Amino acid sequence: MIHGTYNRFGSSEWIRKKKFNLKENFFLSLIRTLGFTGAIILVIILFFVAYNGIQVLSWEFITQPPVEAMTKGGIFPVIVGTVLLTFLCMIVVIPIGVTTAIFLAEYSKPGILLKTIMMSIYTLAGVPSVVFGLFGLTVFVVAFQFGMSLLAGSLTLAVMVLPYIISISEEAIKAVPYSFREASLACGATKWQTIQKVVVPTAMPGILTGSILGTAKVSGETAPIMFTAAAFFTPGVPRSLLEPVMALPYHIYVLATAGTHIEETRPIQYGTALTLIALVLGMNLLGIILRTRQRAKKAW
Amino acid sequence: MAIFDEELNALKEKVLKLCCMVEVAIRDSVHSLVERNSELAKEVIKRDHLINALDVKIDEECVKLIALRQPMARDLRFITTAMKITTDLERMGDLAVNIAERAIELNEEPQLKPYVNIPKIAEITQEMVRDSLDAFVRGCSTLPYEVIKRDDEVDDLTVKNFNELVGFMIRDPKIIPIAIKRTYVAKYLERIADHATNIAEMVIYMCKGKMIRHIAPTES
Amino acid sequence: MVEGLVNNNIFEMKDFSIYYGHFLAVKKVTLNIGVNKITAIIGPSGCGKSTLLRSLNRMNDLIMNSWVEGHSLFKGVDIYQKDTDVIELRKRVGMVFQKPNPFPNSVYENVAFGPKIRGIRKKSQLDEIVENALVRADLWKEVRDKLNESGMSLSGGQMQRLCIARSLAQEPEVLLFDEPTSALDPISTANIENLLQELRKTVTIVIVTHNMQQAARVSDYTAFMYLGEMIEFGNTDTLFVNPHNKLTEEYITGRFG
Repeated sequence: MIHGTYNRFGSSEWIRKKKFNLKENFFLSLIRTLGFTGAIILVIILFFVAYNGIQVLSWEFITQPPVEAMTKGGIFPVIVGTVLLTFLCMIVVIPIGVTTAIFLAEYSKPGILLKTIMMSIYTLAGVPSVVFGLFGLTVFVVAFQFGMSLLAGSLTLAVMVLPYIISISEEAIKAVPYSFREASLACGATKWQTIQKVVVPTAMPGILTGSILGTAKVSGETAPIMFTAAAFFTPGVPRSLLEPVMALPYHIYVLATAGTHIEETRPIQYGTALTLIALVLGMNLLGIILRTRQRAKKAW
Repeated sequence: MAIFDEELNALKEKVLKLCCMVEVAIRDSVHSLVERNSELAKEVIKRDHLINALDVKIDEECVKLIALRQPMARDLRFITTAMKITTDLERMGDLAVNIAERAIELNEEPQLKPYVNIPKIAEITQEMVRDSLDAFVRGCSTLPYEVIKRDDEVDDLTVKNFNELVGFMIRDPKIIPIAIKRTYVAKYLERIADHATNIAEMVIYMCKGKMIRHIAPTES
Repeated sequence: MVEGLVNNNIFEMKDFSIYYGHFLAVKKVTLNIGVNKITAIIGPSGCGKSTLLRSLNRMNDLIMNSWVEGHSLFKGVDIYQKDTDVIELRKRVGMVFQKPNPFPNSVYENVAFGPKIRGIRKKSQLDEIVENALVRADLWKEVRDKLNESGMSLSGGQMQRLCIARSLAQEPEVLLFDEPTSALDPISTANIENLLQELRKTVTIVIVTHNMQQAARVSDYTAFMYLGEMIEFGNTDTLFVNPHNKLTEEYITGRFG
């Protein structure tokens, strides 16, 4: 027992750990358990899919088209289809979304108009994806006469992911500290110069990250492309925007329900699922890594 | 800041205490001459070191307040005034000692003639000292201006005293040492009056923020 | 109450009031800012000094519902006229803020921002402007070897001088400082105060500060504001040794505020 100089407080018992606190420990354990549960479920699903699909995974699987009524071969055109749909969608949606975000964050005055716009965006975000599919069918496929095509599909996906891109861009733009804008204006820059040279470049990492995450979301959507782009089978890669395409999520659906050899193609279904998950997971991971690095760099 | 106000008040008290000590020294030194009381004179000389000690303490306190409290405006003028008038007060104390020393010497000799002029000069001088210190305490008023004006009276009386004593010295050269010492005493009192005038001018600065020292009365 | 009126006034305000909606933030202020002098504005929090400062380069336009009455003249021209080119005004009247706010770019890019906006593209020209501005801001020696490093990697005092350099790159005639050292340590503060004395030779400086001693150390003229009104304005020496207004005296002797 070390005798300190502050003996006037009596023994040093007051600083020793108290007895076991039931409430404290109970909640801690509960939170830990629930927290792990989410991770555990993810691992289980991954494991399940991987276990069942790993057997078909190979270089050929990724680079060869399906053969023999899709019971054998690879899923190359399917992958291409998903990539093209996603890519086209993002090309359309990012400029529109970012511009809208700039308008909302920088130029709009609070009032009825702004509130209406914001409400519309929130509502749009809540619309079920199958409704977007119907919308795309009516407008792009039929009314614009694009037919079941890559173009119709990407546009439908664009409309669906637009609210997300707008809100993530708006968030990134609003995260730019007001002091930067002040400093820019005080140097004699116009509002547009400030946005162009200070706000957007500073928000760009956030916007980019958000876009990557948006891409991940979009590549896994089934309902919007079911009515607008996805084909049961195409012999190869599409040669024009107006041709239908195969897509990873739709391919799983097709093989598992409408194909002629449902049981036989089970491994291919899991293989496709594994590919899709790998794609989505990969993009999400990329987005998260970029966001973490960007947060570490910008120390404001 | 409350603590600063307390410190300012404490400083004022110290200055007033010094004032009292000096007023008493002047009064006693004049009495010791007029009433031919050498014991009193010795007391005055003994107490002078207390006056000097208090002067030093006040100066130190003022420097400390300037360093630590960064006084502005009125407070700053008050502190700098306090520093300057204690210098004048300490000199007045020294002059009182000089009077006491001459008193001791003169008391050993027969009295030349009754003291008439010197008590008059002493009275006016002491009134000026009291008034200028009153002005310091009470703040702005017409008092300091009146003090400045009375300095002329003292100067005139001193000259009159000098001339009378010169007359005596011409008639009877034997009494020159005594007479000279009496002129000294008048001179010392006249210097005390000048210091009182200085104090009055500093008090005007403290109130109004205008330096009128070294300016002829007609200009101020 | 104006004393020590300079003949060369780069800013002249007459009965100038600033409103936020119904709230009268600055009440009928009459104030002249002398050329190549340092004018300080002091007063307790909420007295309107920052609002007044920001009106000099119309930065308070950014606040909604802000409007003005009266006249505010820059070099004889009313800057609140309808057709005032606010952008041009801000190039000539720069501003440095309380919390140093360099852009998250390199040191070079920070200082080159202003000139680039003006349309200057040639690298050699930009290099010269950047170096000049950094020299004037007393920062060149410290950053000449790290012009490409992030502006945010500098210390607090250096960042503030970087912001000053950024403003100086626009060759302003007036520099407004809004409590520029309140977020800095004493040594950085002293550096910037010395810098102000140097800058004053070429630039008119207006500084808002809640630190009276800073105003006393640095400025030629001081204005005291209280509850939106200009209570007293005059030579710094006079104002701090013998102020005319009782309220001013109470504030600077620390009796309130």
